[in-house]
Amino acid sequence: MREAFAARPPAWVAMYVYLPVAEISVNVFVILGMGTAVGFLSGLFGVGGGFLMTPLLMFIGVPPAVAVGTEANKIAASSISGVMAHWRRGNVDVKMGLVLLIGGFAGSTAGVFLFGLLRAIGQIDLVIRTAYVIFLGIIGGLMLTESVRTFLRRRRMPVGAKVKMHQHTWLHGLPFKIRFHKSRLYISAILPLAIGFLVGVLAALMGVGGGFIIVPAMIYLLGMPTSVVVGTSLFQILFVTANVTFLQALHNHTVDIVLGLFLVLGGVVGAQLGVSYGARLRGDWMRALLGTLVIAVGSKLLFDLVATPSELFTLAGAARGH
Amino acid sequence: MRLMVLAVATMALAMAAARPVRADPVVADLSSHLIAITTGFTGTEVLVFGATDGEGDIAVVVRGPEREEIVRKKERMAGIWIHGASFRFRRVPSFYAVAVSKPFNELAPQQVLTRHQIGLENLRLDAGGREADPNYKTFANSLVRLKQTDQLFPTRTEKVQFLGNQLFRANLAFPANVPVGTYQVEVFLLRNGEVAGAQTVPLVISKIGLGADIYMFAHRDAPIYGAIAILMALVAGSLAAFLFRKV
Repeated sequence: MREAFAARPPAWVAMYVYLPVAEISVNVFVILGMGTAVGFLSGLFGVGGGFLMTPLLMFIGVPPAVAVGTEANKIAASSISGVMAHWRRGNVDVKMGLVLLIGGFAGSTAGVFLFGLLRAIGQIDLVIRTAYVIFLGIIGGLMLTESVRTFLRRRRMPVGAKVKMHQHTWLHGLPFKIRFHKSRLYISAILPLAIGFLVGVLAALMGVGGGFIIVPAMIYLLGMPTSVVVGTSLFQILFVTANVTFLQALHNHTVDIVLGLFLVLGGVVGAQLGVSYGARLRGDWMRALLGTLVIAVGSKLLFDLVATPSELFTLAGAARGH
Repeated sequence: MRLMVLAVATMALAMAAARPVRADPVVADLSSHLIAITTGFTGTEVLVFGATDGEGDIAVVVRGPEREEIVRKKERMAGIWIHGASFRFRRVPSFYAVAVSKPFNELAPQQVLTRHQIGLENLRLDAGGREADPNYKTFANSLVRLKQTDQLFPTRTEKVQFLGNQLFRANLAFPANVPVGTYQVEVFLLRNGEVAGAQTVPLVISKIGLGADIYMFAHRDAPIYGAIAILMALVAGSLAAFLFRKV
């Protein structure tokens, strides 16, 4: 049991908990604090926060594989309440959700097997880190440019410009068309299946819910009305992360229940704080701040990939006495 | 501690005195045959003690359960460091420590040390037929160095102390991250540059407590563990939503 943090001042500050699957001891306040901080941001922006939490867990010494498996479990916990609330209000397009879910199950199952394969050849850490560098770079960059643009636009014109919602492209010419009543759409099933699959793979490999991909994809690619987008995406995320949790626990043994509980605890409190503060803060500034944070986390990961390591050799035990 | 040493010395003396006529040349035992790792485990020491039937030197070799180790070398590819070449070492002891009563070169000739793998330099690392590979040495050395960094191949050679010329004792130190399993503590009696007697004492190291139970559960009953993880997430999530709705 390595200790992730060496310095330990007063006794109550140094309350350590042993994470049985990650096999490290971590400070209770560090993981609760991280859970709360990320929960706060998710409450504030309505994002899942997986794309921030998984890298943070890696920074404190949780093995990347365990960080991914456990974070998927936590996302399942934090999306259930959202699903229930949207379900009551009738904001879930179940038919669309199920089509996305078929793709999602296939994608996450494939992702978990890919994960195991990459782990066996010793490249899983690299793939997780690289995927994060790419995605955090894209998301952070988009957030920053978006917030700068709205900031400039507000200065030039007081009223927001109208965005054309429903555009017909070649994507609408694909076969296997299905009618989605709730979304008022008649589109090919291939598109939501493909989106679900991609998000499923990402959930398995990166421990993210994939809201940052599925929500824009639903709005811009599928053309779903925004009223059902959040509820339907949460519906898909809940079941996909549950599937990832189960398969990661089954094949790769990388779900840490103890870590998961602490993350859920911090996340729930943080999300409530975030929701109540969110109303008072200016959106574009906060988005710029989140964008900066995302870029910073991505840069740290990139630095770790590029910087010459102090030890060039690594050790991996193949059989772990079980 | 002093009391323990006294007790051990008495026991060892009793063992030496009660020796039957055709005795083993060396008799040894441990102060404890089971190390239980609990949540607050920070490492421990085990005393190995025993008696010989006369003059001689003692070497104690502690070997943890064997497992396969893969050593990978990071190489720079397109600007980033990725795992490149690798070596697979079979049956590597997960822990290896030595205690001796004399420096290695005075203990026994090199071929005896090599045959019985006494001392870290004499530990055989089986790379599955790739021992002739020009990179074998680099990877084998890296394996030892990484194990030393993890304190699993302690760099310090413990001293075997003699009380008189027949009773001996040595302290074996185990770090906090010691792997679980069945260990073999081999005690060699070396006389005139040859092994005059040997005894192997098993030592069991196991994790106990909630953490260990969860680990075992996660590995042995993975489907149930996974289902419970999901169930717990759903219950915790709905409970939290319910609680905060009331506030």
